[in-house]
Amino acid sequence: MTGYLSFVLKRVVQLIGVIAAGVSASFFITHLSPINPVDQAVDRITARSGFRPDAIAELRAALTELYGTDEPLLVQFASFWGRLLQGDLGPSLIAFPTPAMDLVMRALPWTACLLVVTVLITWVVGNLLGGLAGYYQNNRFLKAFGIVTMGLQPVPYYIVAFILLIIFGFLWPVLPISGGFAMNVRMGWSWEFAFSVLQHAILPATSLVLVGIGTWFLGMRALVSNVVTEDYVTYAELAGVRPGRIVRSYVLRNAMIPQLTGLAMSLGGIFSGTVITEEVFNYPGLGSLLIDAVNGGDYGLVLAVSSVSIAAVGVAILVVDLLYPVLDPRVKAE
Amino acid sequence: MFAVLRDLIRYNIEFAVGLVLVGIIVLYACLSFFSPVDPTQIYLSIPDQPPSAQYWFGTNSRGQDMFWNLSFAFRNTLIFGLIVAAISRVISITVGLLSGYLGGWVDRVLMFINDIFVAVPSFPVLVLFYFVLRSGLNTYSLAAVMAVLGWAYDARLIRSVTLSLKHREFTLHARYSGMSTPKILLQEHLPYVMPIIFATAMANMIWSIGMEVTLAVLGFTNINIPTVGTTLYWANNHSAMVVGTWWWLVIPVVLIVITFIGLFLLAVSLNEYIDPRSRLRRMGA
Repeated sequence: MTGYLSFVLKRVVQLIGVIAAGVSASFFITHLSPINPVDQAVDRITARSGFRPDAIAELRAALTELYGTDEPLLVQFASFWGRLLQGDLGPSLIAFPTPAMDLVMRALPWTACLLVVTVLITWVVGNLLGGLAGYYQNNRFLKAFGIVTMGLQPVPYYIVAFILLIIFGFLWPVLPISGGFAMNVRMGWSWEFAFSVLQHAILPATSLVLVGIGTWFLGMRALVSNVVTEDYVTYAELAGVRPGRIVRSYVLRNAMIPQLTGLAMSLGGIFSGTVITEEVFNYPGLGSLLIDAVNGGDYGLVLAVSSVSIAAVGVAILVVDLLYPVLDPRVKAE
Repeated sequence: MFAVLRDLIRYNIEFAVGLVLVGIIVLYACLSFFSPVDPTQIYLSIPDQPPSAQYWFGTNSRGQDMFWNLSFAFRNTLIFGLIVAAISRVISITVGLLSGYLGGWVDRVLMFINDIFVAVPSFPVLVLFYFVLRSGLNTYSLAAVMAVLGWAYDARLIRSVTLSLKHREFTLHARYSGMSTPKILLQEHLPYVMPIIFATAMANMIWSIGMEVTLAVLGFTNINIPTVGTTLYWANNHSAMVVGTWWWLVIPVVLIVITFIGLFLLAVSLNEYIDPRSRLRRMGA
């Protein structure tokens, strides 16, 4: 058990490092740029209508105080971390005066649910079918599935989502293409709301599954077709072990380990895909929020969304990493 | 080199198909050098013409001939992908070889940095760059940023190969005959890593072009440079699907999907070529 404990400890330290570095990087990207957020916001606000000069000066002073841009960079950096740890990154501009963190926390569950559900479906189904395709190499259905996923896998999330949007939005409008739930349904614990949420999640989830499943299917098929040539599989076959048991206990389980590492390593990319898909279907998650924030020139909100996304992806990777010993008992023994 | 290429085409149907698909797109992109029209000009031809003998891919609502416009778009997109792939390959080769061969604290530090780049989602970071650079984010600056974000996964792959090469006899032989470390890495180990570099370069191009398309469609790049993404951006901007100018959306999407599938088939078949076991099975040995 001590082996597992030190494994966990190592991963947690790594996680803290990843989050600290990622969040600091996003701070410095935004703060080292020559563009002043105060000027940008003032330009945006004053472009719409005429303001008195003293009102603009007041606005500028208030925004400077809000963003703290008159202080030295390192002081800003320290206070940014202090505020982030308290979960307070100031008010948002696009939905003033709602705190930026509130908006992020409202959007986070949508993204998290979409991500968790689609990753589970894609990973389990993709690996299962891929494993079977590697073992039963002459099965026609699995062969055809392989060709289809090969065509879908390299297409970026945006394009697949976009094609689904065109099909189900213009050619055959049967599914809702926008939003997280229907406008006329009240948010709460009711069947009506749950049904509406599910209905609205079909298209975003489908496009994520379509793109994602190929990676696991093709990877698992390649892995398994190598594992079946190993001596121990031949031995098991000669010893008369039932094929189902060979696939489950000897082949799939061994091939699953690199796939789990693969999942941990690709979560960042999958998150990016989810964010993009949300934007296509106007899903009320972090992706739509991020894009609204950029279009609205909301400095604090952009920083809040990217910090929280980096932290969330880091935590998700940790969770996957901690599952590792379940599949691979050697980690515990170390 | 040519023998390898010939064998790949003969024994690997995926490689042949991929080569044809990418070849078509590259040829089409090269046509832009002979284009009679300037892609940055608008309202040069009649707007909203469906595909016909005169306008092969139709014209868009901005009065541009889509055939020539798209060939410029594909040229820019492919060049963009190549730049990202080239820069990120240099970074991943350097990190991978050094980390694998030197080991020790160099390895630990480089892999710690690597873990960060693997874990951090790239899309929000790219959006941050757009947020601060705005129209300063052109093809080259975007390519540089994406190259810096896109090397980590492959560096880890190269490192694992170098780790196994490190204890092979020829490496020891080279070291004991007094070959310097940079020479061992470049002359002895790099050739072994080369197939991986080609295969990952294709995968990297798929990733970077996909990202560029995504950012451009959202309007998060310089929208005046014709690329596949900005073509779709303008099509959306003019509500092409609602207006009925479907060719403005469908043709670029079909062509970019062809590009992705072609690159992917090349990457997959090269990956298979790297693994001798699957190569033998394919040749029926």
